[in-house]
Amino acid sequence: MKYAVRTAKVIAAALGLAAIAAPALAQQGLDEPFQKPFKESLAGKTVAYVPVAMNFDLTEGWYAGMKKELEPYGVKFEIRDPNWNTNAGAQAVTSLISEKPAVMVIHNPDVQTYAKLLQRAENEGIYVIQINMGSAYRSSAFVGANWIEIGEKDTEAVVKACQGKSNKIAVVQGALSAAASAYTLKGVENVLAKHPEIKVVSSQAADWDAAKAKAITQTVLKQNPDLCGIVGFWDGMDIGTAAAVKEAGLTGKVFVATSGGGERKGACELVKSGAFDLNLSYDVPTQAAQMAGTIKWLLSSGAKAGSIKGSEYTTLIPITKENADSQTACWNLSDLKK
Amino acid sequence: MKRLRFNQQEIVFAVFAMLFVAFSIFLRGFLTPENMLTLLQNVAVLGILGLAMAIVVIGRGIDISLIAALAVPPGLVLQMVQNGHSLPASLLTAVLLTIAFGLVNGWLIAYAEVPSLFATLATGLLLAGLGQAALFQLDVVQWSDGMKGFERLGQGTILGIPTSIVMFAIACLVVAFLLRQTRWGAYIYAIGDNPYAARVTGIPSRPIIVLQYVVAALIGCFAGLVMAASVNSMPTRIFNSTLIYDVILVVVLGGIGLSGGRGGVLNVVIGTLLIGTMLNGMTIMDISYAGQNLVKGVVLLLAVITDSFLNPRNEETAQQGDI
Repeated sequence: MKYAVRTAKVIAAALGLAAIAAPALAQQGLDEPFQKPFKESLAGKTVAYVPVAMNFDLTEGWYAGMKKELEPYGVKFEIRDPNWNTNAGAQAVTSLISEKPAVMVIHNPDVQTYAKLLQRAENEGIYVIQINMGSAYRSSAFVGANWIEIGEKDTEAVVKACQGKSNKIAVVQGALSAAASAYTLKGVENVLAKHPEIKVVSSQAADWDAAKAKAITQTVLKQNPDLCGIVGFWDGMDIGTAAAVKEAGLTGKVFVATSGGGERKGACELVKSGAFDLNLSYDVPTQAAQMAGTIKWLLSSGAKAGSIKGSEYTTLIPITKENADSQTACWNLSDLKK
Repeated sequence: MKRLRFNQQEIVFAVFAMLFVAFSIFLRGFLTPENMLTLLQNVAVLGILGLAMAIVVIGRGIDISLIAALAVPPGLVLQMVQNGHSLPASLLTAVLLTIAFGLVNGWLIAYAEVPSLFATLATGLLLAGLGQAALFQLDVVQWSDGMKGFERLGQGTILGIPTSIVMFAIACLVVAFLLRQTRWGAYIYAIGDNPYAARVTGIPSRPIIVLQYVVAALIGCFAGLVMAASVNSMPTRIFNSTLIYDVILVVVLGGIGLSGGRGGVLNVVIGTLLIGTMLNGMTIMDISYAGQNLVKGVVLLLAVITDSFLNPRNEETAQQGDI
């Protein structure tokens, strides 16, 4: 008993001492041991970015977002713009492998072209992050939209809008060679398999081209004025789809579902105007932040390139009339570039 | 016995008529007034571009830069309005840019004597590059509030006829008038038929060649404005597409020989109708993309083979520069 009391006294004294000593310690500051190696692992490193092309909302947004996050840490950001030319892109990746940047951020034009090259890059010790469009090779990280989910969600919305109506829908695909288009189509098929009552009256590729999408949709609407919904594969192209619906005087009667990067002019404003009823956004600034986060994590981890592999699929933001007015549903490219 | 001889225009018209009749009989929903209007509406911009190309090809040239003139000046209009400039000022800037572009093309071809194929290939790349690097923020230039009312150039109807068809008709009349009723038109035919003879007879051939390219660029810009108005945006990336081949196709298929001096507006209309009928019929049948390309290729091959079978080339009429 006595012993216990003495122990309590000692503890109390020690606590009192600690209470006096603590402010003194705080004045000296406490070194956080991990931030310095983190900074060192980023400073002077090169990140190479190979999109399919610059000059459109997605790739410009990713670029601006990653740059903003990484440049303050002394990361050098390099860009190779193949301008929709797959061969030029493959050449850019090949030459990058010999230049040995620390990280390559790759936006694949299709599943096969870069696959072998990316494997080689990781064998050479370069981290490869694939964005929005993956390849057959699984690299350190994938950050991007899940196209199958986009196809499923868009189609579910259209099917729901068709309840009690004609059950006739049309699908406006992108370019046949693009995996994003093929994956989205798979998502569409997944949902349609569960709904045999839905009839697809037209499923054609418009090559990501608004004018072609408009021409196809016009013809389809003339043949099927009772069409109840359209699944489009990209908002930049479906401006044409929506224009055809509007010209036929069917806005509000034909449900137009599409997807895109969520840039204000291309997404929210068009939903507000009634052109689109649903636009699934894979919010580009969030994607850019995730890409930058992944780069920071990989560089500071010191892990061997290709030894760990993971995916970050983007959580989609469905933009409808309800949230199209809000400040947060969409983003402005001009703000991101500031 | 007199051998039956057809020219290409008649052959293409026959192919068009056959397709049209076949679709009308076998394809439900094809031969309706609404579908006919849609058919025309879908190829109106292609037709307008065909007219621009026709003027140049009749004068024995070719203008590969037409799609740049279609994409960049109208894109500039949309971008300027988006940045807060007024619509008339933006339109004026675009027209001036287009004229300057046509003058550069014409000067290169008429005075510097660069072959038109190479000159326009280069200038087209230049203009498209300029647009991408300096003028546009994004590939797709969106419609903005300042453009309100202008979309009527490509949307809606005039007296029940979709506006873009009316625009095509107006462009046809203007070009037909230029080619058939004015002295300049006659000069263009003369230069296309035989440039050396034209020069010897005192035709101011160099200024006329410049004029061709300026007019072509202006028509291209007009087609671009109609297109932008019709889809509420200007996808400037269209420069990278294969649209220019479709334009050449319309012209050549319609029967305007690439060797110059022949053909007119009617040929463009026939070529446009054939393409329009094929596209519309195949869209109604929901033929896959690959299937559509296959059919297009086969029909075109048939037309070209029939033409060369019925109208064999000979050494006298064949000219250097024939493609």
